[in-house]
Amino acid sequence: MDVVLLSRIQFAVAAGFHFIFPPLTFGITLIILVLETLYLKSDEEIYKTISSFLIKILGLIFVIGTATGIVLEFSFGTNWAQYSRLVGDIFGAPLAAEGILAFFLESVFLGVLLFGRNRVSRKVYWLSAFLVFFGAHLSGFWIIIANSWMQTPAGYAMEGGRAVLTDFYAAVFNPSTVIRYLHTMLAGWITGSLFLAGLAAWYLLNKHHESFSKILLKISLIIFIFSALAQFVSGHSSSVQVTKTQPEKMAAFEALWNTMEGAPLALFGIPVESEQKTYLEISIPKMLSLLAYFDPNAKVLGLNEFKPDERPPVLLPYASYHVMIALGSLFALLAAVGALMLFRGTAYTARWFHVALIAAIPLPHLANEFGWIAAEVGRQPWAVYRVLRTADAVSVVVPAWQVLFSLIMFSLIYVLLFVVFIAILLKIVKKGPGAAEAY
Amino acid sequence: METLAFLQTSWYVIVGILLAGYAILDGFDLGAGSLLPFLAKDDEEKLAVFNSIWPFWDGNEVWLITGGAALFAAFPHAYATVFSGFYLALMLVLFALIFRAVSMEFWYYDEKRRGLWSAAFTVGSLLPSLLYGVALGNVIVGVPLAASMDFTGNFFTLLRPYPLAIGLLGLSAVLMQGVTFIAMKTDGTVQKRALDLFGGIWILFIVTLLLSFAATVIYMPESLTSPLVWASAAVVVVAWLLCRRFTAGGRMGLSFGMSSLIFAGLWGIVGATHFPNLVKATGEAALNITMYNASSGVKTLTVMLGIALIGLPVVIIYTAFVYRVFRGKVMTSK
Repeated sequence: MDVVLLSRIQFAVAAGFHFIFPPLTFGITLIILVLETLYLKSDEEIYKTISSFLIKILGLIFVIGTATGIVLEFSFGTNWAQYSRLVGDIFGAPLAAEGILAFFLESVFLGVLLFGRNRVSRKVYWLSAFLVFFGAHLSGFWIIIANSWMQTPAGYAMEGGRAVLTDFYAAVFNPSTVIRYLHTMLAGWITGSLFLAGLAAWYLLNKHHESFSKILLKISLIIFIFSALAQFVSGHSSSVQVTKTQPEKMAAFEALWNTMEGAPLALFGIPVESEQKTYLEISIPKMLSLLAYFDPNAKVLGLNEFKPDERPPVLLPYASYHVMIALGSLFALLAAVGALMLFRGTAYTARWFHVALIAAIPLPHLANEFGWIAAEVGRQPWAVYRVLRTADAVSVVVPAWQVLFSLIMFSLIYVLLFVVFIAILLKIVKKGPGAAEAY
Repeated sequence: METLAFLQTSWYVIVGILLAGYAILDGFDLGAGSLLPFLAKDDEEKLAVFNSIWPFWDGNEVWLITGGAALFAAFPHAYATVFSGFYLALMLVLFALIFRAVSMEFWYYDEKRRGLWSAAFTVGSLLPSLLYGVALGNVIVGVPLAASMDFTGNFFTLLRPYPLAIGLLGLSAVLMQGVTFIAMKTDGTVQKRALDLFGGIWILFIVTLLLSFAATVIYMPESLTSPLVWASAAVVVVAWLLCRRFTAGGRMGLSFGMSSLIFAGLWGIVGATHFPNLVKATGEAALNITMYNASSGVKTLTVMLGIALIGLPVVIIYTAFVYRVFRGKVMTSK
């Protein structure tokens, strides 16, 4: 098998599995911070009980996130050595900044959150919760900078085939950084808050820990409602930005084969690349032009505008992008329903609502994974958009059989981790809040 | 000194500090993990060992993550050569680190398979502790490199006598860290076991140090002319002697401090021997990957130096604060 394809699959497996965990961390650290703030202000034990329970779950999520994150950092050297040589001047910097400025903060103070409740003052404990929240979100910021630079590179010059940094600020705040950062963090808040709302709903459904669950449900739902609605706006600006900065990616997302004025928005279809045709297409006329340029007759570039060897594949980005949007719309609907239920006070009693929340727990993860697939596959054939091809980024000294071996090993290990993670998570949930601390 | 050379030297030192920091700090939890079957026989004792390292190990591992990322940012060619060239060895390290990271947590909750998870923790600690030194030994003594800076050897190239000797030295230094840390943090049976193990590990260390010395005489005698190497070696030996003294006197904090100083001294030897090289080439010195031909440009090195000079002191301050928060013995019922 081809070493480029194997390395791509390995990166997809490693990144896809890793990304189950960071979004949960973003959402859960936010909710822990809210609870610790309420506890500090009101002095009510119940907030402490809830927070301590969530911190235990966070600890489990965090170790798997760390363990699988190292794999990603190392993989730029192990599997993508040419990438490291050719763009390392720029790409290494945000990863190093992440370590120095963010990941240390998050990891060191997580130690205090997990084991230090009785060893520090309440204010220092609150500060630790804040620093873990802040470190997690800052960490995400540097990682999104690194990835956004691959999407919309800026602040560099090519010298002898290598990209060299010329403007740090321009590289950090490249055209897609801020929009993609907000999009990713909101995705994390949706993932984490829906996870905890589902957890609270599960207890309510089983009539366990009721006062605990009502508070947790309320806080999680409020954050979920805000995030899911805000994500609608953020998702839209993300699409507008892709249309402007990576037009062939948007053309693939929408299977827009030819450039046209008044381009339609695809809702469903089966694009077939070899025929340049989309079967069973359902679309809204002129809507893509309207959404992207606020003008129903605006011109949107189609795939044929680009050289055949510079076009992304269509089917996978198209399908992933549309599934992500469908899920995002579902979250907005669920948020609206949740807001209504919360307003009427039926959110704590309606069993069908609790069942829906529990069933929704895995959905944000699917949306996250499909979003990344759309973003990354839609950038192909480039590793760094119009700078470095993926095929030229791979390590030259690593033979295919070694990548195949590591790919098989990672897949087996990750399946094992996932099974054990779910089993332990269920065990912690069944045991419920208030169980003994480890330290 | 011209600007670029100054920046390259600064980054050489920073990467060295980060990796040495990793060795010293994660060293104690890697060591405790490697020695777990000898330190703890039942669940309660294992819990005491885990409790000693639980609040720290995650932060300790960030030294590796940051060290790797700093190497990537400052010297991308060295990062690319080592990580792709040592592919299979690094994959073994990664598999081990993954299991190690999750196994304490899994051990705690998955009561039915505690034997499995504590074994995973031990193997996951032992394997990297050995392989780090092997990798370091290779870049110091030299590996076959092409003009493109790519590694041209194979997995077995890595297993030559010199790197293996350095691997054993690194492992024994890690075991010293582990045993002195556990003796400092615990009491009762676990502490007694740690103290019983100390003597053997203390001897083991000097044996592996002499072995590395012999390997150096054979394979790279030129490094023995540097006075800085001898000065660092003197620090190592004095710290090694004091470590036993403090342990015998029951002053385990100082004993752990001396063990850490041994590790710092070893890194001093590495720096004195190896500077300004990052990856030496076998045979031809012109092919060496050095801080001069492997680095990023002035702009990147400058911006990142600013971030490191502001960020790292802050990291050290709050890390010290958190270590203070968790000072003293862990709670054990025995």
